[in-house]
Amino acid sequence: MRTPIAVIAATSVFAATLASTASTGSAAPGSRTGTKLSLVAYSTPREAYGKLIPMFQKTVAGKDVDFTQSYGASGEQTRAVKAGLDADIVALSLAPDMDELVAANKVDAKWKKQSFKGMVTDSVVVFVVRDGNPKKIKSWNDLIRPGIDIVTPNPFTSGGARWNIMAAYGSWRKQGKTDKQAQANLLKLWKNVVVQDTSARAALNTFNSGKGDVMLAYENEAYFSRMQGLDLQWVIPKTTILIENPIAVTKDTGDRNTANAFLRFLRTPAAQQVFADYGSRPVVKSVENANRKKFPVRPGLFTIDQLGLGGWGAVQKRFFDPKAGIMARFQRIVGGSTG
Amino acid sequence: MVFVGLPLAALMWEATSEGTQSFWDAVSSPEAVAALKLTLAASLGVSLLNAVLGTITAWVLVRDEFRGKVAVNAIIDLPFALPTIVAGLTLLALYGPTSPVGIDVAFSRTAIVLALLFVTLPFVVRTVQPVLQELDPEVEEAAHSLGASRARAFVRVILPNILPGILSGVALAFAKAVGEFGSLVIITGNIPFETEVSSVHIYGRIESGDPAGASAVAVVLLAISFLTLLSIGVIRHLATRHDR
Amino acid sequence: MREAASRLGLRSIALAYLAVILVGPLLIVFWRTLQDASAAWDALATPETIHAFKLTLIITAIAVPVNTVFGIVCALAIVRKRFWGKGLLNAFIDLPLALSPVVVGLSLFLLYGEDGWFGGWLNGHGIEVLFALPAMVIATIFVSLPFVAREVVPTLREIGDEQEQAAFTLGANGWQTFWKITLPSIRWAVIYGVILTTARCLGEYGAVAVVSGRLQGQTETATLRVQERWEAFDVAGAYAISIVLAMIAILVLVAMTLIRPKEERA
Repeated sequence: MRTPIAVIAATSVFAATLASTASTGSAAPGSRTGTKLSLVAYSTPREAYGKLIPMFQKTVAGKDVDFTQSYGASGEQTRAVKAGLDADIVALSLAPDMDELVAANKVDAKWKKQSFKGMVTDSVVVFVVRDGNPKKIKSWNDLIRPGIDIVTPNPFTSGGARWNIMAAYGSWRKQGKTDKQAQANLLKLWKNVVVQDTSARAALNTFNSGKGDVMLAYENEAYFSRMQGLDLQWVIPKTTILIENPIAVTKDTGDRNTANAFLRFLRTPAAQQVFADYGSRPVVKSVENANRKKFPVRPGLFTIDQLGLGGWGAVQKRFFDPKAGIMARFQRIVGGSTG
Repeated sequence: MVFVGLPLAALMWEATSEGTQSFWDAVSSPEAVAALKLTLAASLGVSLLNAVLGTITAWVLVRDEFRGKVAVNAIIDLPFALPTIVAGLTLLALYGPTSPVGIDVAFSRTAIVLALLFVTLPFVVRTVQPVLQELDPEVEEAAHSLGASRARAFVRVILPNILPGILSGVALAFAKAVGEFGSLVIITGNIPFETEVSSVHIYGRIESGDPAGASAVAVVLLAISFLTLLSIGVIRHLATRHDR
Repeated sequence: MREAASRLGLRSIALAYLAVILVGPLLIVFWRTLQDASAAWDALATPETIHAFKLTLIITAIAVPVNTVFGIVCALAIVRKRFWGKGLLNAFIDLPLALSPVVVGLSLFLLYGEDGWFGGWLNGHGIEVLFALPAMVIATIFVSLPFVAREVVPTLREIGDEQEQAAFTLGANGWQTFWKITLPSIRWAVIYGVILTTARCLGEYGAVAVVSGRLQGQTETATLRVQERWEAFDVAGAYAISIVLAMIAILVLVAMTLIRPKEERA
């Protein structure tokens, strides 16, 4: 009988055949025979790691080491590791995600005490502008002028977007504004935001489609887009935040020595130069200095810890709590709060 | 049932894990309410548009004959096969600031409707099509030859028969519209109180370390969807009772 | 005359609607892919993409038959049987669609994650669900569950049960009635249901992405590759993979239409 059911039966057989041919591939990386490292990272450094891993495999420590790689939004990767995704090394876009893993007993609380404070790359928040900067956007104060359309990811859906908010707030504080004044400015800035994308990549897509006068972005993303053939122009404001990307070996790694060796390798000048080539600021000072032309010094560069707000932990609660945070309040004020 | 029931049960359990007070706080926060209203209004509107345009399309595909009909029939399901992000990207390219046809509706509520129409397009077409195919065209012709006008023949003869199909498709379209995420995040701009739909709001809560709040909003959205689907069922029951 | 006019009118409405909502976006996808054909080809010919397609086909080939059988059984129960809570069941079936994919992922974490309801026990017994094929299949089945049932229910109602009753009276048993009477009458509905389910399985991204762990070359499906290509600024590559997914959906549709009984062809 020629009915749909016959076809369904046929596809099941087909599925079984396929499953058996691909079973090696689709099996989870649970059993670690020999040396196999699982790297779980946020999306941005994917291409850099694509180059770094083969380099590591050419070193003595990295000989015969196989890698499993997973890339996604920093928050999603954090949740996956918490739910049991096998990981030897986690590379995330901001420290609070790492602290989540500490709370879940996946990463040792001492990760910050590692070399370079547990960081592997840096970057800064920049203004991506239209050709020739027609709106003359140079400083944070230019962003709160009426009629400036800003594109930024939403700080609630994109962990990385929180760097943008803290860069704005912190810059005003560094310029001598009080907490109250800085908050007032931040609110003005927020009123100029026309699109809040869910990720940095989506925001770039929006800006490219012609929306907005300026996009708040990370320098490394901007360089990477330029490498991919996008004609982007950006301005580094005089005061801005130093973005720090953490990396750590997990507690239940199957091969701590090799995982640590990989982390050490990532902080060698050769590896740091690869990160620099892909647009990230090296944490190793000598390499950063060698690339000074690409990564100009800004007098007012500050880190999140230098703001005196108690670091990311306290900032998360005060600014980004979805119920009572400052940004949640701003969203309501801008939205009219009638709903 | 296990497949549907277990995940839903887990969700409800998570939603109430921090007590009824935080459940209520999450659900009644102004941005959650605004997103819920927007999502439900857009979904209902899109379902109704689907009911009319989808039925016409299905009728044309079954009863009409024209060159290229086979090709048109073949591409109806493609909105599903395309990853939603691609749907968002192409709609942005076509109806965004750099639109080749001069229509810019991106980052507005119109964009929500547009994206939802795209991702729900196949439902009504595909639920009405098989019913029409089973329905003898001669019934329609007979009514027509007996002097009934086209419109009258449609209302009296065809509509009662295909109404369950239409409502079935409308129910699917509504449910899909309520849950849609991927295409919307690209084209709507996600401005809270303006273009932020519930799925994006829920995602924001998960990303901000509030899975319980996210589950709470999701559960309420589900409950409202369930009631809507239930009433669609009641409408169908009332509308078809007389000929049973 | 008037009949021809109204026919033409409806045809114009339908085609205009499809042009704006469906054909326009599809043309953009094809156009952008052809603009950068070499990048498109490069994206398709890599081992990762080929593996991703294999994985997508495996998941689809498991999820579609499961949902087809489930859908037909459910539809028969809803239309032909009388039981308490029938209306509830009817509305319940659509709920998986109303859940956004991220929430589906979250709920599967709650069930199968390390601290989840079953996660600990499963882990203890060496059964991996999350970040492996099982969770991806479960997520896919979940999001494509209602289609077959929703297609079959209205058709079953439309055809009524006179023929089935007649077959019964003539001594046919349940199976025979189903195969000889019911199934042939609902075959179009089943066909469209299978096509919708297949298309949905091929295109699913959100839920599968969350539960897959995104392990490159292992748990990456075709749609995850699309996302990966897009993030790497390779739009032509992302579109090329999408076009192949669309082609597979069309192939399934053509295959399903070709198997209809002979007397209906021509």
